[in-house]
Amino acid sequence: MAVISYREALNQAMREEMERDPNVFVMGEEVGHYNGAYKVTQGMLQRFSERRIIDAPIAEMGFAGIGVGAAMVGLRPIIEFMTFNFSLVAIDQIVNNAAKIYQMSAGQFHIPIVFRGPGGPAVQVGSQHSQSLESFYAHVPGLKVVMPSTAADAKGLLKTAIRDDNPVVFIEGETLYNSTWEVPDGDVLIPIGKGDIKRAGSDITLVAWSKMVWTCLDAAKELAKDGIECEVVDPRTLRPLDVELIVASVNKTGRCVIVEIGWPVAGFGAEVAYQVQKHCLDALDAPIERVTSEDVPMPYAKNLEDEVQPQVHDVVAAVKRALYLEA
Amino acid sequence: MVTASASDPKPVPTPDNVRVEDDDQPIATTAAELGPLYRQMLAIRRMEEASAKAYSQGKIGGFLHLIIGQEAVCVGATAALEKDDYVVATYREHGHAYAKGVSARKILAELYGKKTGCVKGLGGSMHIFDKETNFLGGYGIVGGHVPIAAGAAFASKYRDDKRVTLCFFGEGASTIGGFAEGLSLAALWKLPVVLICENNQYSMGTPVYRSLAVEDVSLRAVAHGMARDRFDGDDVVKVKQRIAEAVERARTTGEPTLVEVVTYRFRGHSMSDPGLYRTKDEVEEWKRRDPLNRSRARLLEVGMPEADIVALEDDVRAEIEDAVKFAEDSPAADEYKKYVIKEG
Repeated sequence: MAVISYREALNQAMREEMERDPNVFVMGEEVGHYNGAYKVTQGMLQRFSERRIIDAPIAEMGFAGIGVGAAMVGLRPIIEFMTFNFSLVAIDQIVNNAAKIYQMSAGQFHIPIVFRGPGGPAVQVGSQHSQSLESFYAHVPGLKVVMPSTAADAKGLLKTAIRDDNPVVFIEGETLYNSTWEVPDGDVLIPIGKGDIKRAGSDITLVAWSKMVWTCLDAAKELAKDGIECEVVDPRTLRPLDVELIVASVNKTGRCVIVEIGWPVAGFGAEVAYQVQKHCLDALDAPIERVTSEDVPMPYAKNLEDEVQPQVHDVVAAVKRALYLEA
Repeated sequence: MVTASASDPKPVPTPDNVRVEDDDQPIATTAAELGPLYRQMLAIRRMEEASAKAYSQGKIGGFLHLIIGQEAVCVGATAALEKDDYVVATYREHGHAYAKGVSARKILAELYGKKTGCVKGLGGSMHIFDKETNFLGGYGIVGGHVPIAAGAAFASKYRDDKRVTLCFFGEGASTIGGFAEGLSLAALWKLPVVLICENNQYSMGTPVYRSLAVEDVSLRAVAHGMARDRFDGDDVVKVKQRIAEAVERARTTGEPTLVEVVTYRFRGHSMSDPGLYRTKDEVEEWKRRDPLNRSRARLLEVGMPEADIVALEDDVRAEIEDAVKFAEDSPAADEYKKYVIKEG
């Protein structure tokens, strides 16, 4: 068990899978000679050559589509978006082609492709480079949506995603690349669709993914000082969602706070809330709380940016509301 | 600026040295070559006519885009391929699928929304896919399918399997970003793909002069250092020969080609379009150039007996009648959950 960074874990996952399967290749902007805009593909060009680590010009619609076409005929592309903000110019390829070709061809063609890259708000880069788009992709049947919060999850899930026969939208935490975690050595795969309890607790369930898991863990530590024990449930994948794990936790605690860094309206947390009320109505002792970013495009100024996004104190306040300790 | 009227594809001065001309010389051929091409074109026309009839009877729903008038393009181009090569097309793709080897039975059953259709009633007219013949699909949102074709070609280059991909689209698709990016990347990475613009002169109801600043779509290749060609698409043998040059280039050098074939659809954009934006004279003028009549006359010239042609036509009629009956008699589609996520 080694302690490595989230970035290094992703790099290891891709290297191991590329060693294992000659059909896997990486394509994206600056992935080769530049070693990745966020250095996730560091050193991979030297190892795998320009045949398999392919620098693309600025043309997301184009190279995402090349990935889809290559996947149709048997390759297993990893398409890196420099950030998921840029995936929006390729969304026709992801939603209309990658997600639908298996259905449109009645199973004759499947699309084993990973669209990966950093997503979620970054730091002081303004509204076009700082947003959380997982709810867009989680809406689409035919896609899988993965959002790991730790280095171990990042590695195990990316390896699984590369071996999956379906299109996987793999959104990495842009502010998590330097975070470290114990990562098991060797070929350890984490199944897509299985959540994880990141902290066990009996008083209240916090559901969060990607960076918000860390915010929830910090809030849980603070609340523990007051004797409040939070269970932090990280679904890790939004589609398919591990409803069973969330429901089991809420049935135990009777209270639920859903924390997401995206916008509130039609955010994925609303789906989680629906599932919880549907399956846990008798167990719930309080209304389900949601903590989200403010319903605004991201501002640039640091003080405003912090104010807009969920902070530890926002989670603490929501927990106290759900426990009827505060109004 | 160099422009050329799409309806009059005469030689145009070009800023490169690529061959772009139309000499209109009779193309040497034989009954053995032309006979099967004529048969395919006729089968496609009869299949399209049968679809139109079924649509008017309410047996086919949704959108139905017919290729009547343009048959020489998909038939001639596909005839230049090997069996393992790939074809990617748009929503006006029944003819392309048939030419690639998908049976009229499977195509018509799909249009009827039946279980026996090539995609089990899940796709309909616009989404024909057939793995067995490497027909990589009909795409309803044009432009994005150009990178997909480039992707199949990328895989061929990656594996060095010497396959070639043909990508069909209308001149209407040449204005969307997916086309521009697919073209650019195919040129940059030297992908073995032939991009075939079927310029039927109307993007739905909009004529080329209202959608393109430069009406010669093939000129887009020049900016990318890509080979190009441009000719009219009435003569199926000419289409076959000219596309074969591009296919050969792709297969031997890996280089892509942008080919513009000027053609005309005799019917509206779809079944709901009476085509009021075109004059009757214009449509009649193009019908005089009907690729089927032209091929039939040429078949007689090159020595195919009239009786053999009639026998071939009877055979086509029987094939399409059988396909219609098959579609009519087939069971309804019954599965919509199975092909969302591939398990295992």
